[in-house]
Amino acid sequence: MDSVFIIKSLIILGIFAISLTIAAYETYFERVIAAFIQDRVGPDRAGPFGLLQPLADAGKLFFKEDFIPGMADKWLFILGPSLAMLTALMTSAVIPFGDSILYDGQEILVQGIEVNIGILWVFGVVSLGVYGILIGGWASNNKYSLYGAIRAASQNISYELAMGLSIIAVLMMASSLSLRTIVESQHGMNWNIFYQPLGFIIFLTCSFAECNRTPFDLPESENELVAGYHTEYGSMKLGLYLFSEYVNMFISSAVIATLFLGGFNYPGMDWVYATMTENFGAVVGHNLSTLAGTLVFFAKIFAFIFLFMWVRWTLPRFRYDQLMDLGWKGLIPLAIVNLIITAAAELSGHALLVNWIGLGVFIALVYAWSAIFGTKKTSL
Amino acid sequence: MTQWSFYVVSIFTLFGALGTIMSKNAIHSVIYLILTFFSLSAHYVLLNAQFLAAVNIVVYAGAIMVLFLFVVMFLNIRDEASELNNNKVMIAASIVGGTIGLILVAAIRLTDIPRVNPYTYQVKTGFIETLGKLLYSKYLLPFELVSVLFLIAMTGAVMLGKREKGERNF
Amino acid sequence: MQLTDRSKKTDKTPLTLAEKSYLPGIAKGLGITLKHFFSKKATIRYPEQKRYLGPIFRGHHILKRDEEGRERCTACGLCAVACPAEAISMVAAERVKGEESLYREEKYAASYEINMLRCIFCGLCEEACPKEAVYLRHDKFVPVFTSRDQVIYGKDQLVEDMNERYERDAWTKEEMQKLWAQQKPVNY
Repeated sequence: MDSVFIIKSLIILGIFAISLTIAAYETYFERVIAAFIQDRVGPDRAGPFGLLQPLADAGKLFFKEDFIPGMADKWLFILGPSLAMLTALMTSAVIPFGDSILYDGQEILVQGIEVNIGILWVFGVVSLGVYGILIGGWASNNKYSLYGAIRAASQNISYELAMGLSIIAVLMMASSLSLRTIVESQHGMNWNIFYQPLGFIIFLTCSFAECNRTPFDLPESENELVAGYHTEYGSMKLGLYLFSEYVNMFISSAVIATLFLGGFNYPGMDWVYATMTENFGAVVGHNLSTLAGTLVFFAKIFAFIFLFMWVRWTLPRFRYDQLMDLGWKGLIPLAIVNLIITAAAELSGHALLVNWIGLGVFIALVYAWSAIFGTKKTSL
Repeated sequence: MTQWSFYVVSIFTLFGALGTIMSKNAIHSVIYLILTFFSLSAHYVLLNAQFLAAVNIVVYAGAIMVLFLFVVMFLNIRDEASELNNNKVMIAASIVGGTIGLILVAAIRLTDIPRVNPYTYQVKTGFIETLGKLLYSKYLLPFELVSVLFLIAMTGAVMLGKREKGERNF
Repeated sequence: MQLTDRSKKTDKTPLTLAEKSYLPGIAKGLGITLKHFFSKKATIRYPEQKRYLGPIFRGHHILKRDEEGRERCTACGLCAVACPAEAISMVAAERVKGEESLYREEKYAASYEINMLRCIFCGLCEEACPKEAVYLRHDKFVPVFTSRDQVIYGKDQLVEDMNERYERDAWTKEEMQKLWAQQKPVNY
């Protein structure tokens, strides 16, 4: 077995382990951030600063009774959480966590697999994520669970459209589906967020909806549906559902950072690379600057995870019709407008300038429209 | 390696397909169908058509089957359909199905499947770049016509879903 | 009819375009939560940090001794009568010769028991006592118990220890208010 293969396996295992660890600590930080926002201090009993809390939670879940309701569809009841976890973990395969490692004269990419359909893979797996919820909710044989599952499905389908349309604008700019190419095209502070702020906002909103996070957490809205699709679940099956939500959050943050915030690119990257290779030699310097890029990427991911939690403890839940209105009548038309603006900007040759001019013209037009025709409707 | 993966994936496909038509619960049937779509996507990957595989997952397994599952769950078909107990229906169904199967087998036997020459075969045939170039040059007209067709279908759906005067909703 | 000017009228004017996009509202809300994120926390980490409960807090019962270390209780039973929860029971005994240094009165409580499951910490026993013998401490809780045989407190748990005597911080309202004013809130 050659060493390149071993390093590749190590990278894949590393990505796997890191996503699980981050998901575990997201549960801890979710509680800490919630506490801080509510002027409390959060869990601080298990270990120093409560850092062992995820372990304690997992231990508790493992020792709870693993109950399957009598009238439930037994196999599907087990399949539901497994699918949710599986799809959550599959997405991280194509995300470029860093540049490449030089070893033994070969270049090994810090990425699970580099395929030319990267973003489509993410998209496909995310669209499968709803099966875990749908099957689990139905198999529970409980009205509340079924409602939660149906809500999750319709919400995911609705927001996938706007998400896809906003991704297409990014793909137009990079003219590739490969996530690595998209990241490389943003080199030198050409981050997509500067080119299409509208697309970024649409994508961010949609990823909130896809992760079933507040303000779009209708599938598990506890004051209407008990606990939504996981009402009947307990023990580690419930743990898998909750855990998959946190893995999804991590992956979404990674995808947002990749698509819009330049992935592992950071200002002054070339200077760092030059200094590193000068001082430590070509190979070690290259690997060190790869490490720096990976760390920057993780910093971006953490920033987005924080945003996810911050928003959760700020905004109230949408009503169901508001959710659908926002998705179908708000985000999809906006995404199409964004698509047209991006297309015009790409053709004009001055992408940045034309993007902003297009956005300004669009906003001005909308203002003019509402000034002339004076809308009476209060919902978007 | 590829050959063995082909066999494994084929077993999965056939298992899913058989499960689809043989399971009595409609939900199970749909889930088996999803498994079938997945295995078909694996087949596409084995044929080096990654784009097709991904699109198959996104569109069929990801969107259409979710809607199927959605609708079936709403209808809540729990009991097996009563037609299955009727002997006449069973006989008629077997005859029709058998005939279609016979025709299919005959057609496949008669078809001359073109063999690909491995020396001139383009590895990138199934890649998205090739596909995109082909779609937007040689097949531009059919492609655009299909999109017009979709637009018409969508408008029709909106028309059907529209509230009519005097109709009570909830 | 308007009673106070604190109520806020619901604004029913149509939303402006900016409001309809939700973004300014969201930004404002995020700002508020972020301010709270960095603000001082109200939590007191209880077993390690304790807040001053005030001089009139009614906690653990204590049977006082006088300055010479004699038990003040004379087993008159007024506390037991006053107790609304009937938590107190006692057995009286007569003081014999040679016990003058132990008991102040000629009659004393041979056993004095408080059932802490019944006690509601109302402080009426304290009010009823003519000998100023029973008090509810302001500085000590009755600890949590895990079984029923830990619940009935006998004299061994109730009678004051001469080595660490219990002293109430304030006796009058004025003293108490002064104490409150001096007290620095713990981590508040």
